Amino acid sequence: MGNHTRFDFEHNVTGALADDQLRKNLRKAMDILVDKRRTVFPDSEYLEQLRSAGNAIKRRALKQLPRLLEQLEVNCTKNGIQVHWAEDTAEANRIVLDIMRRHEAPAIVKGKSMVSEEMHLNRFLDEQGLEAVETDLGEFIIQLNHETPSHIIVPAIHKNKDEVAAIFHDKIPDTPYTEDVEELTAIARRVLRKRFAAAKVGLSGVNFAIAETGTLLLVENEGNGRMCTTVPEVHVAVMGLEKVIEKLSDVPPLLRLLTGSATGQVITTYVNMISSPRKSGEKDGPKEVHLVILDNGRSRMLADPEFRQTLLCIRCGTCLNHCPVYVRIGGHAYGHVYPGPIGKILTPQMEGLERAGVLATASSLCGACGEVCPVRIPIPDLIRRLRNESYDQDGSAVVEGGGYKKNLAETLVWKGWELANRSPLLNGIGTRLAGKLGKRIPRVGPLKKWTRVRTSPKVARCSLHERARNEGVNNE
Amino acid sequence: MSNHTARERILARLHASGTEQTEVPDAPLPPPLSLDRDAKIERLAELMAAIRTEVHIVDTDAWLDKLKELAREKGWKRLLYGPEVPIGSAIETAWASDTEGLPELVAYTGPVETFKEDLFQMDAGITSVRAGVAETGVVVLWPTPHEPRLMSLVPTVHVAVLDADTIYNSLAEMIAVERWADGMPTNALLISGPSKTADIEFTLVFGVHGPKELVLLIRK
Ligand code: SF4
Repeated sequence: MGNHTRFDFEHNVTGALADDQLRKNLRKAMDILVDKRRTVFPDSEYLEQLRSAGNAIKRRALKQLPRLLEQLEVNCTKNGIQVHWAEDTAEANRIVLDIMRRHEAPAIVKGKSMVSEEMHLNRFLDEQGLEAVETDLGEFIIQLNHETPSHIIVPAIHKNKDEVAAIFHDKIPDTPYTEDVEELTAIARRVLRKRFAAAKVGLSGVNFAIAETGTLLLVENEGNGRMCTTVPEVHVAVMGLEKVIEKLSDVPPLLRLLTGSATGQVITTYVNMISSPRKSGEKDGPKEVHLVILDNGRSRMLADPEFRQTLLCIRCGTCLNHCPVYVRIGGHAYGHVYPGPIGKILTPQMEGLERAGVLATASSLCGACGEVCPVRIPIPDLIRRLRNESYDQDGSAVVEGGGYKKNLAETLVWKGWELANRSPLLNGIGTRLAGKLGKRIPRVGPLKKWTRVRTSPKVARCSLHERARNEGVNNE
Repeated sequence: MSNHTARERILARLHASGTEQTEVPDAPLPPPLSLDRDAKIERLAELMAAIRTEVHIVDTDAWLDKLKELAREKGWKRLLYGPEVPIGSAIETAWASDTEGLPELVAYTGPVETFKEDLFQMDAGITSVRAGVAETGVVVLWPTPHEPRLMSLVPTVHVAVLDADTIYNSLAEMIAVERWADGMPTNALLISGPSKTADIEFTLVFGVHGPKELVLLIRK
């Protein structure tokens, strides 16, 4: 499941496709999410306008990104929140570790955070002999089973209740086997309430950081996020640097887009806005709040006008739900923290094309992700660009590992193709030959692979030109 | 703060990225919602009820009777409240005359460190709310020293008391009218219902970590 094993995408995909239970679980879940989103945005004109506004707000934030981050830092600091910067995940992990050590905390309680997944924080803390306790129900389930999330919003969606029942029974002491979802939830409540009450440090992600007031905004349904950010003495929030937005008035439209796209909700149960640690006289809330701002490749993405759009993402996960590839293979097959369409454009840029460029090939370019993305990221265009950069025929690649797939045979084929299509004579010869020999092209190499699960295309006996010449053109 | 060089390097890269030279066209927001008083109450009540909030619309001078009725019906043993806010003193007065079958009142007066164990045993907690928002159906809380943050989170039931006159059309309207940009409190919360999850096969279950029930009393 990803991070420990070596990444063999093809092998993962084959395995996932053969797993009927997984495919059934996923299909059902994704259909529900797609339906719910449609119901919550019944008016397409309204939705399109909102998406354009969301796109403009986030682009405005990216345009001012360095200034907004500085302003966020100034305002947070003024409010008493301690701000840390991390170039990469190792630095971010170290910052969390230092805070835990300073408070002699043997464990942290964690709200759901994709950035902490990106940091592989749980594994890191484990290596230090410290414990990270996932408290979001889905995350709790998969942590018990030593798995990673398979979806960025509903992390345990690949599991059905029988599987959860077995995990709880096996991994939580004195837990009778039950498939009743209410009872399973009650078990998690009982176990985790104790952890909340005892924890010294709580960790969360950030959905939006508002520069204008130095406010961290978190959305959730369960209340575990509020627990993690309110009960322990110390709250550590981790965020990717693209999470900053300019002002509070940007919040309502983005919030509507986020909750509507993610889970088809008008709004989540809780929207939690944190602007400072406990002030004197206040009776609860953490006495220290820390904000860790992580780069990890994001500033590099910002430097390219097209790739920059990756940073518009608000991590709603709806591109996963609408992706025909994700629905069939699930999140684990992608072998990295961010699966689905967003993962296909984000991961290769973070990890380099050589390590993760293959993800960009897992798309039929059907365009669904781009059509639903609440902030209008042209995901298919970015996938295509990454594919081109993998070959880098013109030497212009900006992503690390650009041109890793370039090879002489393919370069020659493309050169030949270019030549043939520029010269009418060669083109004529080529099409005539294709008509005659098309059927006899041997199915070897890539052609064999391609035709293994597809019917091979039939080459027409004569070209369109010839037909037009012989039969004339019917303009009707 | 901890690592100045990381900060400087990151900011230098961001400044050098060329992002500040881009043009960003403005895109207008969809037209704002504008409802009259009754429609706002109705919409808020409807949306919140749809996600399992128990909504009671009551006359302003009858809200304590409703509260007592609910407390008896639900059999709470202990009710957490803030004695220094108007609803707190009203509850004390109401409880003084008649305690038959009513929960013991527990005041949140000390820091949580001295109170945690008790807090996690509380059946219900009652708080005032700052406002409501009709568009999305939420109540807005700005917890204070008198009504701390955990009151609306830890007890099994959260009772929220909302005045019908404080319902805004939208969050955007509230942010603008109340000039939130001038200064935010330690914590601001929007709450739309009881704690819930759908993480196992999309089966909706209430009360996973926070309150199992949210009771909203709208005083009209
Ligand atoms: S790319 Fe768009 S659709 Fe996908 S998670 Fe990000 S915001 Fe959502």
